[in-house]
Amino acid sequence: MDVLFNQLFSGLSMASILLIIALGLAIIYGSMGVINLAHGELVMLGAYATWALQHFFGFSILLALPFVFVAVGAVGWLIEKIIVQRLYSRPLDTILATWGIGIILQQIVRIAIGPESRFVSGPEILRGNIQIGNVYMSNYRIFVIVLSIAILGATWAIMTRTEFGTKLRAVIQNRSISECYGIESERIYSLTFAYGAGLAGVAGALITPLFSTIPTMGTGLVVNAFLVVIVGGLGSLFGTALAAVLIGQATALFSIVMNDTLGRIAVLICIILLIRLRPRGLFPGKTRN
Amino acid sequence: MKRREFLSRVSALGVAGSAGALSAPALLLGTRPAHALGDDIPVGLLFSLTGSVAVVEHTLHDAALMAIDEINAQGGIHGRMLRPIVEDPASDPATYADRARRLMIRDKCVSVFGSYTSASRQAVLPVVEQRNNLYWYPTLYEGRECSRNIMYGGAVPNQQQDNMIAWAVENFGPRFYLIGNNYVYPKEENNYCKKLLSELGGEVVHEEYVPLGHSDFSSAINRIRAEKPDVIFATVVGDSDVAFARQYHAAELDPEKMPVISLTRSEVEVKAIGGEAAAGHFSSAPYFMNHASAENERFVEAYKSRYGGDQVTHFVSEAAYFQVYQFKAAMEALDPKNVTTETIRAAAVGTKLMAPQGEVLIDENLHTHLWPKVAQWQADGQAQVLFGTEERVAPKPYAAYDGQSCTGAGLVEA
Repeated sequence: MDVLFNQLFSGLSMASILLIIALGLAIIYGSMGVINLAHGELVMLGAYATWALQHFFGFSILLALPFVFVAVGAVGWLIEKIIVQRLYSRPLDTILATWGIGIILQQIVRIAIGPESRFVSGPEILRGNIQIGNVYMSNYRIFVIVLSIAILGATWAIMTRTEFGTKLRAVIQNRSISECYGIESERIYSLTFAYGAGLAGVAGALITPLFSTIPTMGTGLVVNAFLVVIVGGLGSLFGTALAAVLIGQATALFSIVMNDTLGRIAVLICIILLIRLRPRGLFPGKTRN
Repeated sequence: MKRREFLSRVSALGVAGSAGALSAPALLLGTRPAHALGDDIPVGLLFSLTGSVAVVEHTLHDAALMAIDEINAQGGIHGRMLRPIVEDPASDPATYADRARRLMIRDKCVSVFGSYTSASRQAVLPVVEQRNNLYWYPTLYEGRECSRNIMYGGAVPNQQQDNMIAWAVENFGPRFYLIGNNYVYPKEENNYCKKLLSELGGEVVHEEYVPLGHSDFSSAINRIRAEKPDVIFATVVGDSDVAFARQYHAAELDPEKMPVISLTRSEVEVKAIGGEAAAGHFSSAPYFMNHASAENERFVEAYKSRYGGDQVTHFVSEAAYFQVYQFKAAMEALDPKNVTTETIRAAAVGTKLMAPQGEVLIDENLHTHLWPKVAQWQADGQAQVLFGTEERVAPKPYAAYDGQSCTGAGLVEA
């Protein structure tokens, strides 16, 4: 039983990391229909920004989080302004363009900072574990879980309880009519893209104490995040959250029953079966095309 | 096409074909003329400077290039300078083969120094055998290979495990947990580990392989916590190892009760893991940056002053460095007018050299006799060498396979 509970916690921890990465992706796709293949590299930029803040200014990760959010958000805003905005009428081209941006970002980091793995130390106050019986829960992982739920809540509040969210939903439903009512859809899109990018940055900052910080770290992460978005249903916040939990738990349970390699295969088979039966994911968003 | 034109083309093809047939026997015999050396000696450097493997390979490139420059500063070999020709295979195995061919054919390199991963070595192997050249490979690897055209400078399983496993069973206990990435190196190392453990009365409580680049080890750590092994025997490589070590530390597993003994964790990985998380765990290798010897002090100092004070040397860059000196010793021992692959190889076998790790010797089977050491990582990111072997240890690339051995005549099956 201990093994099971430990694994459930591991699954939840994986789910929280998946959720933060996938949330930004889901928002950008759900609201603008842009498949942002540079998302993994934005996560990577977040990790490197955290490293830079810690290395040069001595910031702890917790202190660095808001700065990273703003900095990576700003990068996202620039990407949207310079490239993505010109391609809204050509959704397929955005895939290629954002993929190219991803490669460029990766190479810039490799050239400017170097290819070797960077060290970021975890926050002092979150060291250690909580032990209940034989179930061990790392404080840092608990923190990530709590923060991911908070980010999900904040995102939901922004989308449904603010003027910005109302405008965004209006633009999603019908862009031209929203513009007739005086909503600047371009500005809304830029801000949404920046918000999604900022979340990617936060995800990058949060995983640095657990994973290794290298220029290629985003590539593998974005694949998992896409799985979450696809399973959850494009454009649905809670679908994304549920899918993250499902995939995290499935990965954790399969990998204890089999091993990590086979576990991953099993999870992918489940996902293929699921999208065969529900091609638009668990909770397809209600958008008009 | 007119009939006459067609005929003339066909006959032209025939001529070309017969010319090819005439030259074929020379190729098949493998007798090549001696390398026509001019004023200098061309050698190839085939290390990735871009792509995923560049993290490690650029340090190997740096170490080899430093040795070449040192040799040239001392007047070269028989008055001839080494001329390094640098190719960047960009971390892609197929490109390694292509660039190796280019170095050997276009640049007429006498030898090529290169690569880190087994995948890249295996890609170069058919090329270097076909061109009958020499490929100096500095990395520890899984053994089970016996080419007459590769000079293996790194440890094979028996050189990393024999002394370490016995010591670990005695000091920590017989229950081993094997964890590695899912490819040939960890599997072969684990094969040998299991063989040693069965001889020593140890047992494997679990054997686990995670995908390359795997970064979430929470399941593995839960399983380790449940199994309570005495030793975690790790062959996790690169970024995976960094993630594993950090998560192991974050889970507060005590290195005094359950130490990780790694064959792949060097100063490079520990720099990224952070000294605090790495402290208390062990690595087994022939060389550590902290090893006390006059040669090593000189090597580390030269490396740091050339590439920066924050750079580290490690068990592969050391071999990349001393292999250039082994090449030099072989070239000095032979007649400068008769430089062929055969003569270089013959001169290299038996060559003794004071390397930073101790005096190394090239075996008849072209692997290297080394000085295995076990070291414990400290909070400052350096390894404290606990003990080394009394004697130089001979390489046995087929140690895990009874009845097979790699000799001066190639692979011998008993």
